Amino acid sequence: MSVETTAPAGGSILVVGGGISGLTTALEAAEVGYEVYIVEKSPSLGGRVAQLNQYFPKLCPPTCGLEINYRRIKDNPRVKTFTMAEVEKVAGTPGSYDVTIKVTPRYVTSKCTCCGECAKVCETEIDNEYNFGMNKSKAAYLPHEMAYPQRYVIDPSIIGTEEAQKCKEACKYNAVDLDMEAKSFTLKVGSVVWATGWEPYDATKIDNLGFGRYPNIITNMMMERMASGNGPTEGKILRPSDDKEPESIVFVQCAGSRDENHLPYCSYICCMASLKQATYLRAQYPEAKIYIYYIDMRTPGYRYEKFYNKLKEDKNIFFIKGKVAEVDEDDNGNITVVAEDAVSGEKIRQKADLVVLATGMQPTAAKAKPNADLKISEYGFIQNDFDKGGMFAVGCANKPLDVVSSNQNATGMALKAIQTVKRS
Amino acid sequence: MDKKYCTYICTGCGIGEALNIEKVAEAAKEKGYDCKIHSCLCSEEGVEFLKKDVAEGINALSIAACSRRVNFDIFRFDGCVVDRVSLREGVAWSRSRVDFPAPTEEQKDDEYFIDNIQHLAEDYVRMGVARLEKITVPVPYKLENFNRNILVIGGGVTGLTAAVEAADAGYNVTVVEKEEELGGYAAKMRKQIPMGDYSKGLVDPVVGKLIEKAESNSKITIKKGTVVARIAGQPGEFVVTFKKPGEKIEFDVPMAVPEDQRYDEKGNPLDVDQIRVIYDKINEGRADVLSIDPNGEPFAGVVLAAGWRPAEIDAEKYAYLGVGNKDVITNHEFEQLAAKGKIVRPSDGKPAKNVVFIQSPGMEEGDADFEYAGSVTSMVALKQAKYVRDDYADGKAYVIYQHMRTPGLMEDFYKEIQQDRGIFLTKGAVTEVADNGGTLAVSAEGTLLGNDVTIKADLVVLATGMVPATKDNPVVNLAYRQGPGFRDIGIFDGYADSNFICFPYETQRTGVYSAGAVRRSMTIEESTEDARGAALKAIQAIESANRGTAVHPRSGDMTFPDFFFQRCTQCKRCTEECPFGALDDDAKGTPKPNPTRCRRCGTCMGACPERIIGFADYNIDSIGSMIKSIWVPSDFDYDEPPLRILGLVCENDALPALDMAALHRNSIHPYVRIVPVRCLGSVNVIWIKDALSQGMDGVFMLGCKHGDDYQCHFVKGSELMDVRTYKMGETLMSLGLEEERVEQFEVAIDDYDKVSDMINGFVEKIESLGPNPFKGF
Repeated sequence: MSVETTAPAGGSILVVGGGISGLTTALEAAEVGYEVYIVEKSPSLGGRVAQLNQYFPKLCPPTCGLEINYRRIKDNPRVKTFTMAEVEKVAGTPGSYDVTIKVTPRYVTSKCTCCGECAKVCETEIDNEYNFGMNKSKAAYLPHEMAYPQRYVIDPSIIGTEEAQKCKEACKYNAVDLDMEAKSFTLKVGSVVWATGWEPYDATKIDNLGFGRYPNIITNMMMERMASGNGPTEGKILRPSDDKEPESIVFVQCAGSRDENHLPYCSYICCMASLKQATYLRAQYPEAKIYIYYIDMRTPGYRYEKFYNKLKEDKNIFFIKGKVAEVDEDDNGNITVVAEDAVSGEKIRQKADLVVLATGMQPTAAKAKPNADLKISEYGFIQNDFDKGGMFAVGCANKPLDVVSSNQNATGMALKAIQTVKRS
Repeated sequence: MDKKYCTYICTGCGIGEALNIEKVAEAAKEKGYDCKIHSCLCSEEGVEFLKKDVAEGINALSIAACSRRVNFDIFRFDGCVVDRVSLREGVAWSRSRVDFPAPTEEQKDDEYFIDNIQHLAEDYVRMGVARLEKITVPVPYKLENFNRNILVIGGGVTGLTAAVEAADAGYNVTVVEKEEELGGYAAKMRKQIPMGDYSKGLVDPVVGKLIEKAESNSKITIKKGTVVARIAGQPGEFVVTFKKPGEKIEFDVPMAVPEDQRYDEKGNPLDVDQIRVIYDKINEGRADVLSIDPNGEPFAGVVLAAGWRPAEIDAEKYAYLGVGNKDVITNHEFEQLAAKGKIVRPSDGKPAKNVVFIQSPGMEEGDADFEYAGSVTSMVALKQAKYVRDDYADGKAYVIYQHMRTPGLMEDFYKEIQQDRGIFLTKGAVTEVADNGGTLAVSAEGTLLGNDVTIKADLVVLATGMVPATKDNPVVNLAYRQGPGFRDIGIFDGYADSNFICFPYETQRTGVYSAGAVRRSMTIEESTEDARGAALKAIQAIESANRGTAVHPRSGDMTFPDFFFQRCTQCKRCTEECPFGALDDDAKGTPKPNPTRCRRCGTCMGACPERIIGFADYNIDSIGSMIKSIWVPSDFDYDEPPLRILGLVCENDALPALDMAALHRNSIHPYVRIVPVRCLGSVNVIWIKDALSQGMDGVFMLGCKHGDDYQCHFVKGSELMDVRTYKMGETLMSLGLEEERVEQFEVAIDDYDKVSDMINGFVEKIESLGPNPFKGF
């Protein structure tokens, strides 16, 4: 494609986080004509949505939009990305910030052609984080097929070993640099946009729901990976203990959300996510029985309500208003879910082959508070102070949101950032 | 452009091992151009090697190396045309040397030995050169009358926010509001749900401050009691005619021919000329879309923030809810009541101390909310319940819901309301609202308070939804030949929404962005955020028009469609098929292009039977020449000539899927030649006809899913191509060719594990049909 390359002058914008919200803010600002930096802590962009199999309610692959966004980056010289990079510190005031960025070594340089020879010779295996540890990957690896930048990573655990040396020798293009060290540098920018996103709430903390104790209790994000063609089971949804095709599946809504002991707020997406996952199951198992235990089905608006209505037509999907109290596992790996029907008051004991916990989202800033002059809520969300300006939070760093609303919010925040740099 | 050509072959990443590079280079040199070989073109030395040649005058480079999705930046040279031949993903990684071995030492000199993979690579470099010959460096399209003014339609919270935010970024904004007052619905409310921090309780409506801000901003012009009669022209140079609501003027926008008038009595579709007759008739007295209002005002981008109206309640359908009783009102009527003062019963003016809020109609509607509801409807019920408590210390509010929809942090507001001892919240299905002579009795079943519950009420409030303004009226009134409104609004229930999850501001009307309640039922906070986004997109469209570049998804593309009008037959297909309404034909049917409305998908190019539309770096000839440069062996060459199959693939999704398949070394039959296209909408059937008439045995297309949940980034591309393929079948049959030789497949980007099988299955099918009988002629 032929693209123009002249960028108008103006202060630059730093976007912290290269997930869907960060990419949106960065690209929307850059396409107005501003210079933008994206700082992403993982080896590739895409964030959480890169781990999803499909988006609700359209049931389309997130990589489709990510690919367009990556192409927008490739074609736009005004966008610069740093991966494996984190913000150490932000100093300064709106219009003039000095941001210290720390880059952890990838041990693979930009000379990498993505030929894969390093992974071929590497024998050490590590937990595959992309798949939540459900399988292994080589210690020299490409994060996933669609990874951008398309560049390998060598895991620090093999640095100093013969394995690493083997990887280095296998590379014909001299792209492996085992002496790479962490480095810091400073960027001068006019505005900082925090798109640090979220993490799945740690399900092991929800003691009564048995995650971590029973292998056939998984989280909704694990389900996304299982349903994905590039996941640990190549898209086949199987129960982890014995690879059995599940005939009965229970979804536990609000697993940790709307719960004063865990996440007091609603995580926004889990109802729609479970409905979507019911369609994954239905596509593979036409006869499977699916039970959804909920407090409220939060499927508001014309699009979500339509999706919910369509699923209600499925006679083998059962919706039960009730909170799951406890779970138990028998010798065969079958789970019994104990719940109370909130309307009838009856106690229900439901047997299931597989249980999916609809765990919610915890803002990344709840655990890793940014070293910057920001207002952070008790839940860990970064709050926007438009009177002060200069720094803004977007997407799920700001509040729990679905992808559409995150992108609306992220597009608008590009304008707030532009207003800041335009004045300075 | 005076071109100096050279092909550069990279032998890295397995390319050198898979192929006889010397012979590939010979193929690249067939036209007398130079060809050079390098062991790693993407290395620093490799790039320097290229730069040196560019400095010495090479300006047409064919880089035969990895996929063009890789190393996009280092192989970009100013002022040069560059083609990327995918020898790595396209050949070395995707065609199996196990199944199709290279010739052995003895076979090397055997001229009857068929090395299918080598043939493929040689074809690919020929195709690269052929394309280079037909493309030039684009010169961006610049508008003559460029301006930067933004028009905001609607003076409610959304419109005013968009105006203030755009003005704060330095743009001049005009807000048109059809009412005599600004503020829209929000100005008529008693209190507002808090924004951001939900623990604050109800707050005063923010709209008052917003009106002050907008009215005092020197960059903002406000036109009250005004509507848009028409928006003519294109982004960067729209000409807008305003009028008083209800007025009839010459520059009222021409309407599109309604769907039901596009068929004859027998139900057969009318042709374009017949439709045009109806079009002219229904638009009699209105100036044509092409005539520009001399008194119109210049604008560059538009934000549509026309808001909503309260949904009407079907009295017959909801008779069991007491609709018709004066004390059974909608949430909208309740808000008006509350804004006036203490809440009283409409029937007798007595204090309404016991109020029941009904969230879902129940009965046959199951657990659904009222039409056009959303989370805002739940939030409003909680807010209004609070009014009852604020007005009367002994007041009681009951909210009966099926699902309390307070997602995200809105939950905090719900929790706060739960703390109020006078507010009772329960799930339940309302079965009846009865009038017990003065007081009402609301019966519900399946509640958390018991299975059958009856609540006495002074007043009952139904939580009706928000109908978008675009449901009733196009509002934007675009003077576009395709019609004045947003297209496909039907699949969004009348909302002016985007079909894309990733791209909420994607619009089929470039430069016009909707926000707020026209998009979805929204709270004020959500509308505010949406307004900022739409303002940014309008600004971005303006700046892109100024630079002469496309907006999303081909952001930055400087090409635009060029028409060779002398050969136009006025068939109107391009005007009809353009997903973005970029073309307005004149009375004769000759299209008038509006380049800044254009998104560069090439659908017009695919549609044109005369093949008069093309782009600087993508045209009928550039792809046609690539196809023509494929060597199609016949029985003059071999006793059993290998087949040749052409694949025209969407570069947005199918091409990445093929690259991923190559990364996994999933093998594709080497008979197949892949040609990436901008969108299947841009595929002109002449390419398919040419391929078959030169003896190729089959042609397939890989494109995105179509239908209501379409994934085509250009909305209609794959769907239009599907129609063309279908029509193509008849032509093939008349030529004595099987229609199965041409087929379109739906491929999503994550189908990389299936795409090879899909293609190989097609190859097998063609093999069973046998070679193209035209081969060798």
